[in-house]
Amino acid sequence: MSETIATASETITLTIDGQEIQAKAGQTILQAAQKNGIYIPTLCALHATKENGLKTDIAPGTCRICTVKVNGRTMAACTTPVAQDFIVENDTEELNDLRKTIVELLFVEGNHFCPSCEKSGSCDLQALAYRYQMLSPRFRYAFSSREVNAESPKLLFDRNRCILCRRCVLAITTEDGKQLFGFTKRGDKSGIIMDEELVKNISEEQAQQAMHICPVGAIIRKEKGFDTPFGQRKYDHNPIGSETVCTTCNGEKS
Amino acid sequence: MKKPIIATASLAGCFGCHMSFLDIDERILDLVELVHWGKSPINDIKTFEQDCDIALIEGGCCNDEHIHTLRDFRKHCRILVAVGECAIMGGLPAMRNNIPIQECLEEAYLNTPSTAQANPERILPNDAELPALLDKVYPCHEIVKMDYFLPGCPPRADLIYGALTALVTGQEAELPYEVIKFD
Repeated sequence: MSETIATASETITLTIDGQEIQAKAGQTILQAAQKNGIYIPTLCALHATKENGLKTDIAPGTCRICTVKVNGRTMAACTTPVAQDFIVENDTEELNDLRKTIVELLFVEGNHFCPSCEKSGSCDLQALAYRYQMLSPRFRYAFSSREVNAESPKLLFDRNRCILCRRCVLAITTEDGKQLFGFTKRGDKSGIIMDEELVKNISEEQAQQAMHICPVGAIIRKEKGFDTPFGQRKYDHNPIGSETVCTTCNGEKS
Repeated sequence: MKKPIIATASLAGCFGCHMSFLDIDERILDLVELVHWGKSPINDIKTFEQDCDIALIEGGCCNDEHIHTLRDFRKHCRILVAVGECAIMGGLPAMRNNIPIQECLEEAYLNTPSTAQANPERILPNDAELPALLDKVYPCHEIVKMDYFLPGCPPRADLIYGALTALVTGQEAELPYEVIKFD
């Protein structure tokens, strides 16, 4: 994706929620929106910043929380490339209710016990539930049976909270490109597995990066829990999306 | 106009939500002006002397007595409010939902360092008077219809007070971002 963006020079005009914006050919709707300071929620797609250590944006298209309407049809903003004269609806009552439904489904499908989670207050899923004012999911809890892997000295992997976003699979690799996480099985049996040998030798910085990249509390850095006090956590005061989208590049990065 | 009657109950919870409710501090005096109190652990009234308008339910359902109590509240109260993580999703007690009951009981009564010595005959509680455990811990809305939900562990006192006064006075609840938290 990044190569396409680097070489593309054609400027495309589209509107998001009635606001006319410019984008480069090859960019996704999400990237174009981020560059113009328009918030589209994401749980799987991640913009590369110094903070998260990513070299290129990732957009697995797994969570569908960024669903927008493009010329009247629902599409994932993180996987749909921009095109001339696209009319995109994003922050509408209908789409936000759809997104709230996705959040609710994620809450009942896993076991998200927020009070006992070290990521609580800094969790993107929880923050989206706050943003869309989810007081309780509308669906029955599945209370799925999931395993916890605490074997690694630096990382705790709690599948109860995993939303299968695929960020860790794409972003966490060794220097020679070996993946530390991978997908296993299919359908409702899908899960993430760790390469225990590789994860055993993970560096402090990479452990921190893995926890940072995980949008929920599935990947937790060991021996560092609850180190941010209540009131100072990421989403304690302002809803997710109220900050500038890309703070390190001020939206300059393509 | 007749004052509305408030009832409260704690099912499979830790009473933290009731404690948070008491954290409204001196505002409880304003509430006293607005409502009458019915059955509640706060005043130790144990029966419904008359039907109530609003009931705050703390905790989920982990045994048959909880189910009975919750259904009784549904029958005698006009508006049921699920208060806190346990009432809404089962909370801490629901962390046993993927462990078989037999294993839970054996861990609690036979295998821990404190019970292994104290229970040489290896007896699991089996008196007919004891409530029977359910297969899983259930949130309240999966047992009866709940009307409102106040999330948190516990919900902030301001959230409880804001929601309650809104319900009692017919106003829109003022619930700023900071008061709605899941932890």
